[in-house]
Amino acid sequence: MPMESLEQIKARAEAAIAGVCLTIVQNESPCAQHSLLVDGGHALQLAEFLRDDPALRLDFCSNVTGVDWPEKVEKVKTKVKKIVDGVEKEIEETTEKRSGGYLEVVYHLYSMSQKQGPVVVRLRTGNRADQANLPSLTPVWRSCEFQEREIYDLYGVIFDGHPDLRRILMWDGFKDHPMRRDYVEPDDYEYEPTPHDDVLDKAKAHYPSPPSAN
Amino acid sequence: MDEGLRSELSKQGVFTTTLEELYNWGRKNSVWPLQFGLACCAIEMIATTMARYDLARFGAEVFRPSPRQADLMIVAGTVTKKMAPQVVRLYNQMPEPKYVIAMGACAISGGPFKQGYNVLKGIDRYIPVDVHIPGCPPRPEALIHAFMTLQNKIAGQDLTGPNRPRHLDSAAPSEFPVPQLGEHDVVPPSNRALWTPEVITR
Repeated sequence: MPMESLEQIKARAEAAIAGVCLTIVQNESPCAQHSLLVDGGHALQLAEFLRDDPALRLDFCSNVTGVDWPEKVEKVKTKVKKIVDGVEKEIEETTEKRSGGYLEVVYHLYSMSQKQGPVVVRLRTGNRADQANLPSLTPVWRSCEFQEREIYDLYGVIFDGHPDLRRILMWDGFKDHPMRRDYVEPDDYEYEPTPHDDVLDKAKAHYPSPPSAN
Repeated sequence: MDEGLRSELSKQGVFTTTLEELYNWGRKNSVWPLQFGLACCAIEMIATTMARYDLARFGAEVFRPSPRQADLMIVAGTVTKKMAPQVVRLYNQMPEPKYVIAMGACAISGGPFKQGYNVLKGIDRYIPVDVHIPGCPPRPEALIHAFMTLQNKIAGQDLTGPNRPRHLDSAAPSEFPVPQLGEHDVVPPSNRALWTPEVITR
């Protein structure tokens, strides 16, 4: 029997969990692997529902990953017809479209007993600075433990309820979160014989200043 | 001693040598490496010690599990910044005379991870390296070649004079400062007494 669609799962989860806020995030690429966005407050209840529901039995979390969405302001130009001085004119209007400004954690869930999956669940933080807290799903799927530690280490998402939230790859005294888009790495560029792309920019910044004209 | 006279004597069945040659001959044929590996190069290092390539032919069959008993450190693999202090500390714990082979692209320069934020751009920033082997990973033949290069280096060392090895020179350091893990990077990023960055030209 094929697994129910994401819409069906969403409808049943909304019926089972009071007050849960679920959104289906569309994936436009050919794989069409849509995902379920859940609010942080009900994430733990949703996780328990997905694991314990007899039709789903998503008992295995294969992968947890982080995504950094920095705040982005896009200017969208639209042509609007307006009546100016009694004459209809086509005027271009620019509106600002804001997106991003949060960290995202993605869980890939499978069912070993029902041989089905994946169901992709996404969680988003309030912002990228002081509201970077999300509930840990380690109490539901033990396999999340190290991967949530990795996301904490590299992205700075703080998982509430995690049994042992420490850095896992970088050392304990390290302050930065290297996978964030705005991470500034230590300025330790060294000679590279054929620099290109990003490395070329780094190389140019370290070239000696040209000798003055006189 | 004159080489011609020596050759004549050996034809007559008289073997002559010097204390220096005897001493270095003994040293170069019992270099015991430290048994430790950091990444995929270590697999090639293990292959070198096994029957097909047989590093034991060169007197290096005993990989010591303790730095106190080792003469040679083969830095086999990527040295991450997190691992660098431990590598330097292991080197400091080895007794003199001690030698270092930097094996593979990562150990000599950072390799494919050179432009990353978490990999040391070569172990020669903190400890003196005697032989560098390029390759990703180097084949066992390359490691054997590096080992023979090191043996030639040991055989050519004088016991006295300005070219004497570090362990016979009481003024030369045998320990090197262990870098600290800072808030953003290892501190200091390199040991300037050992290594200076290449001048970047346009």
